[in-house]
Order: sequence, then C-alpha cells, then structure tokens
Amino acid sequence: MAFTAFASTPAVEQAPKKRSFIALVLLLPGILYLVLFFLTPLISLVITSFQQPVLDGDIGEYQAGFNWQNYVDSVGEYWPLILRAFGFALVATVLALVISYPIAYVIGVKARRWPLLQSLLLTLVIAPFFISFLLRTLAWKQIMSDEGPIVQALKAVAILPSDGHLTGTTFSVIFGLTYNFIPFMTLPLYATLERLDLRYIEAGADLYASPFTVFRKVTIPLSMPGIVSGTLLTFIPAAGDYINASRDFLGSSSTAMVGNAIEANFLVLQNYPAAASLSIVLMAVILVIVGVYVRRSGTEDLV
Amino acid sequence: MRTPRDPQILQAIRYSQAMQRARAVQLTRRGFLGATGVGATALALAACAPAEKKELTPAKDVSASEKTLTWDNWPAYMDEDDAGDYPTLMGFENESGITVTYNVAVDDNNSYYAKVKDQLALGQSIGADTVCLTDWMVARLVRNGYLQELDHANIPNIANLSDSFANPDFDKGRNLSLPWQGGFAGICWNKEKVPGGLKSVDDLWAADLKGRVGVLSEMRDTMGLIMLNQGTDITGEWGDDEFANAMDAFTEQVENGQIRNIKGNAYLNDLQSEDTYAAICWSGDITSLNAQAGDKWEFAIPDAGGTLWNDTFVVPMGATHKANAEAVMNYYYEPEVAAELAAWVNYVTPVNGAKEAMDAIDPELAANQLIFPDEETLSTVHVFRTLTPQEENDYQAQFQKVLLGS
Repeated sequence: MAFTAFASTPAVEQAPKKRSFIALVLLLPGILYLVLFFLTPLISLVITSFQQPVLDGDIGEYQAGFNWQNYVDSVGEYWPLILRAFGFALVATVLALVISYPIAYVIGVKARRWPLLQSLLLTLVIAPFFISFLLRTLAWKQIMSDEGPIVQALKAVAILPSDGHLTGTTFSVIFGLTYNFIPFMTLPLYATLERLDLRYIEAGADLYASPFTVFRKVTIPLSMPGIVSGTLLTFIPAAGDYINASRDFLGSSSTAMVGNAIEANFLVLQNYPAAASLSIVLMAVILVIVGVYVRRSGTEDLV
Repeated sequence: MRTPRDPQILQAIRYSQAMQRARAVQLTRRGFLGATGVGATALALAACAPAEKKELTPAKDVSASEKTLTWDNWPAYMDEDDAGDYPTLMGFENESGITVTYNVAVDDNNSYYAKVKDQLALGQSIGADTVCLTDWMVARLVRNGYLQELDHANIPNIANLSDSFANPDFDKGRNLSLPWQGGFAGICWNKEKVPGGLKSVDDLWAADLKGRVGVLSEMRDTMGLIMLNQGTDITGEWGDDEFANAMDAFTEQVENGQIRNIKGNAYLNDLQSEDTYAAICWSGDITSLNAQAGDKWEFAIPDAGGTLWNDTFVVPMGATHKANAEAVMNYYYEPEVAAELAAWVNYVTPVNGAKEAMDAIDPELAANQLIFPDEETLSTVHVFRTLTPQEENDYQAQFQKVLLGS
C-alpha cells in the first residue's frame, strides 16, 4: 500500500489543476448515455413503484401517488421467491466457480506454452455464445425430458425413482443457471490467471510449501480480482434471471424466482407498481450483498 | 494498518489521500446536481402523462391512396405452403392490389396488450392496422373505446357470419369486431400411454397420471374446464364462490404434483417429448400435432363441457388503413377462402357456407366436428362470461399466485 502510494505521488503532482474543458466534452457522451439509459428508467421505475390504482379503473390503470404499501404488499407476497432467487443464484455461482476455475487455470496457466491450444480452448468456452441462450436452454429441457436418455439412464440405475423427473425441479433450474453463466465466470478468471507470475509459485515451492498451500496462499489471492469479478458477473444476473426458472423452460410452479414474479406482474397482471417495487427491492438487496462482498474480499481497487 | 516510519512517505500518502477525497467530493456534487436535474425532468414528464381519459377519435383513413395493410396475428394461424408463402393471403393481394404485411406478433393476449397499451390509450398507431385477439381481450378494448367502428357496407360478406358468433355480450351486432377463427379448450391424451382415453376433467386427476398432466396458462380455459366440471355454468351468472371452489381444486392438483406444468403454446412440446401424457388443450393444435409427429394424440370435449373462444379482428383507433382491413375481412368471409384456411389451421370457422365449400375440397374434413361443429357439438361448449375489471384483476392474481407457487 505504502509503496503504491509512493510510486503514484509524482503522477498526482503532475495532474492538471484546472478542470479541463476537453475532458468534460469527452465525458459528455458517457454521461448522456448514463442519464438516458440508466438514470431516467431508474427514476421512472421509482415513480411507478409508488403509483396507486385508479378507483374503479380498468386493468393496468394506475395514477401517480405515494403508495409505499406497494413494497409491503409485494415483498409480503413474494418473499419466498426472493429468497429462492438468491439461494439459487448463490448455489449456481459457487458451482460455476468450482467448475470454471480449473478450466481457466488450464487455459491461462498450463496451456501458456501452446498459444494455439490456448486460443482453441478459449474459443470452446465462448462457442456457446454463438447460439441464442434461449435455444440452448430449450435444448437442455429436451435432453432432460422424461423420455430422454438422461432420465432413462438415471432411472435404470435407480438414482431417480421410477416416477421421478428432472425438468421443472430445483435441480434443473440451478443446472440451467450454472450452465448459462459459466462463460461469465471463466473469462474473468482466465484474464487474471493468464497474467499470473509463475515465479511466485516457484518461490512458494522453494519455501517448502506443499502444492496445496501454494495454491491456497499464492494462487488464490493473486487470482482474487478474477474471482470477484467472475462471481459478480454470475451472481447478479443469476439472481434476476427469469428464463431458466420459467415454466416454459426448465422450471415449474414450484421453482419460480423473483424474476418470474416481476414478469408475471408486468406482463400478465399489468400490476406495474408491484413489478416496479419488486425490481427495486431486488436491486437494493443485490447492491447490499455486493457491497458487503466486495468490502470483505478486500479488492477495493477492483471497483 | 501499519504506519510507514519515513515522514516523506507519510506526507506523500496524506497528499494523495487528500487529493482523492477532494476528487470524490467534486464528483459527488456534480453527480448529485445531475441526478437532481434528471429527476426533475422525469417528474415533469410523468406529470404530463394524461391523467384523465379523453374520448378517442379514429385516425384519418388513407386506404384510398395507400394500398397497404399491416396485420398482427397468432402463430400457425394462416395457411402456409412448402415455400413458406401464404396462398390465401397472396390471393387477396392479387385480387385487391393491397400489399399486406402479415406479422406473427401475438403470442399471448396479455403480453401483446402490455406492449401496445400506451399507444392504444393515446389513440396512436400500434404498428398494425388490424390485429386478431381473443374475445375477452377484445371486450376490454371495446370497454375502453380503443376500437374503430367497422363499416358493414365494406364487408358485404358479413352476411355469412355464423349466428353463434353474431352477438357476443361485449359487441352486439359486431360493429367493432369480427371473428377470425374460433376453437375449443378440451382435454387430450397420448393414445399409446393412456389407451383407455379420458372422458372428463376428473380423469386427468387419476393416480396413474400423477406428474404427467399439463394445463393451459390461459386462465379462462383451465379454470373454465374445472368450473364446468364442478357443474358451474360459466356463461351464466356465477361469482367469487364458484371461482374459489374451482381455484381450490386447481391449487390442490398443482401442489400435490398431479399437474406437471402450466403453459401457453409450449404445452405442445411437453406432449411431444412425453413429459406429459394428458393435458387441457386447444382443439386445432392436436390435429396439427398429429400431422407433424405421428398420429398419437386424441382430443375430446369433456363430458361436462368445454370452453369456446374465438380470436377476433379489431381495428384500433390509431390505424390508418381501416378500409383495407375491412377488405381483408370481407375476403376471408368468402366461404371458399374460409374453407381453404380452415383446412390448414383446423380451427372453427365462423363463416357459413364454408362447410359446403369444404365438401368439395375434402369431405372428411367437412365432417370434422372441431372445424365445422354441428348444433350438437356447439351445445357442449360454452363461452366464459365477460369479467368486470375488478373480477379480472382479482381472479388473475389468484391464478398467477398458483402459477408462481407463491
């Protein structure tokens, strides 16, 4: 810490004291973009979340108001779905990390000597993106269907009871989330591990640390930025996902997540205040969780 | 944190920290001002939104000068040849000189409505001159005054409209809407897996079908069948109690795992992949599915009765090609055209004379009760009565609660 600060001191002194007009102009597109596509929708969302129904109005008719009761109602009604969303997202994130780390390590460290192999493996990780993820999820639904090979095999070895099934279960939803977000975990991990200085690992071994200790004390801390950004890129969208848990894909009415409740309130019930308040609650909870997580994992430089 | 001993380093750190803090404050202040500005703008915009409903007036009809028409409809609702063209629609284009943009844009009444409701309320164009929505949704559009009146003089073939479709409770005399195709909701089953067949909704709850039953996410069809099964006349005067009874039966079957899934059009995939062996389903779909994936399924109207619905042409206030829309309606009310269409989509045609025309094309199809129901078949199907907005809100909320398992 001290050394970093020392090294950057001259740079700080040379920084222009006057606010630069050019810099403002250069920032303008970015600020405009944020205002238009983030701030405006966000504010409109907040306003919607406080709306109240028009007396004797038709379906989907709401007027401006300060009906904070919307929050109480929607959380009271859907709290199990909120909990389930975060539970599923957490499990999927951990699974994705456990699966992705070895992949990223092989590509980023072991395959360093063979650039061709490295790019080939990377392509394989990215390849699923070439097909729409809706199609891929539907394909999994087909593969896991009752008369499909997986269920038949599991039944044959008595892992699944004879009336058991995979689609529409907690398993299939978490599977779908994990599968769909693995590339988002692998790529940041790869980016960090690719720059891992192998001399540190050698040094660790020279100091008589076992391979496991070296991994725990050297490799993991050095790849922490990758782990943090990978888990964030997985956890945040997974918590709000409504495709995998949708009844049309891998879910059923017993696996609905908060995203499905927001979708149903918005598109079917036309209860916009409920949908908006649920979205804001979801955002707020994610913000808190992520804030605590980033602080505790000690990578402030990352964000 | 350890404090460095070297005073020079210490000073450097303090300096850089102070700089950072100063910058953070500046950014925050600027960000705050920006946010306040945008907030005020957004509030102003929200205040501009129309608070009171005003009477909508039809958009100017430019049909005479612009020979075009945009038409939104449901999937698999238009006869299609091997090249992917629509033969009857091409026939209309050749005959009338009107170029039709036919969009398969409706997948669900509610989500289509959610997409266009703001334009509808302002009387602006929804991007389509005419759209076919299900009758209960049309009732909502009529109630809100979102639709243009049809000029029957431009639709002489309206004389062919079947009596059973002529006077729905939401539009007596069909001044604002005209049926496109109709159909039944009933029960269907996989003939190989359920050799005995099914007769009533109760048969769906049999122990050997546990976890193998699918039902529709269209509330009026699933709940309608269950209510009929409980002896409620869904067309007549019924209220919260009857609905609550049906809701209890439905909830029980979802919670005990008898019902595997609740879906829209995608229920066909489950039947095909044999995740489900039996389902509540729509009449025309089973004929198409059998043609597509082997003759494996059978459809029946349950003993206690099925539901009857129809998808209906409407012209929203903002549409600028009403006369062209009327021309296409008139064309599809020619018995020969209606027969050609019905032979492909397998749904109930509202056009009198189409059955006679079908006799010439395919006598077997002409005898098909799912396309040309006779009096006897029609007496077994019922229209779900129009709900008030309050009822609709309430019932849909209850139904969605089960669908979300909350």
